[in-house]
Amino acid sequence: MKFRIYRYNPDKDTAPYMQDYELDIRPDDSTQGKMLLDALLLIKQQDDSLSLRKSCREGVCGSDAMNINGRNGLACITPLSSLKEPVELRPLPGLPVIRDLIVDMTQFFKQYHSVKPYLINNDPPPETERLQSPDQRAHLNGLYECILCGCCTTACPSFWWNPDKFVGPAGLLQAYRFIADTRDQATSERLDDLEDPYRLFRCHTIMNCVDVCPKELNPTEAIGKIKDMMVKRIV
Amino acid sequence: MVNRVVVGAHYGLRDWLIQRITAVLMALYCVALAGYLLMQPYLDYDVWTALFSSLAVRTFSLLFLLSLFYHAWVGIRDIVMDYVKPASVRLVIHVLVILALLLYSIWSVQILWGF
Repeated sequence: MKFRIYRYNPDKDTAPYMQDYELDIRPDDSTQGKMLLDALLLIKQQDDSLSLRKSCREGVCGSDAMNINGRNGLACITPLSSLKEPVELRPLPGLPVIRDLIVDMTQFFKQYHSVKPYLINNDPPPETERLQSPDQRAHLNGLYECILCGCCTTACPSFWWNPDKFVGPAGLLQAYRFIADTRDQATSERLDDLEDPYRLFRCHTIMNCVDVCPKELNPTEAIGKIKDMMVKRIV
Repeated sequence: MVNRVVVGAHYGLRDWLIQRITAVLMALYCVALAGYLLMQPYLDYDVWTALFSSLAVRTFSLLFLLSLFYHAWVGIRDIVMDYVKPASVRLVIHVLVILALLLYSIWSVQILWGF
């Protein structure tokens, strides 16, 4: 299988370049069930200067998010058999490259932290848990599963143009996760915080986020629900 | 990377909502006008003047044009927000666009009522 991988080492290279690699595997028989990350680790045996992040290798940690043949995804859950050759791998778009496939996620996490992604409840904690009915809990499905890999946010042109001001789909999905939580008491403060032409309303519903999410979540729907709640409280 | 983030203008929802409402108004007007014109066997000067001599048609046409201008204002500002970064250049563009749209509004009244 043929691979073309984005290489950039700021200590040595003046500009990024694409490097070709070839592995003696075919995407059909011997690689049955093998994932792109397996191939990347084989390539790293050939050339240990290639840098990438990885950890759980099963789509839970979100470390190995990258741009695979022009589409953001997780290398560890992308089957080799699904890829067209040469497989072109680039770092996530729109973030500064640290080296090769590793990007600086600072801006991404800054936006994530700006939505206060934790439960705000000023009542004294009860003896046991703060309870929810199964119905109330069901509202969190499709929201809490986000692994913060950054695939959606870095696929969003609004984030590319205004990464310092637009929260981005991942951050907004998490904002809605706490707005939708019946145990949270800061709903109106959260809505106030997002009622801004940049923070929320840079989203123009192009749905790149929904298209690329490796966990099949729907940030656009969550953003729509935040807008609904804002409309409900003014009319 | 910018450390101090200047956000919190609190008008995002209003313009987002108005953009949607004006879109619905424009769609209704276009469908109604297109429907009326398709039903006319001949389309000549007399038909046009008869149509636009009605106060209701003039009023709804003005409503359509004002919707269009407000819709355009939100859309153009959205584009400027994405692509024009210096605040001074942005303000100049904003002022020019607002002035142009206000002039168009006055012009629309002039055209529809034929002053």
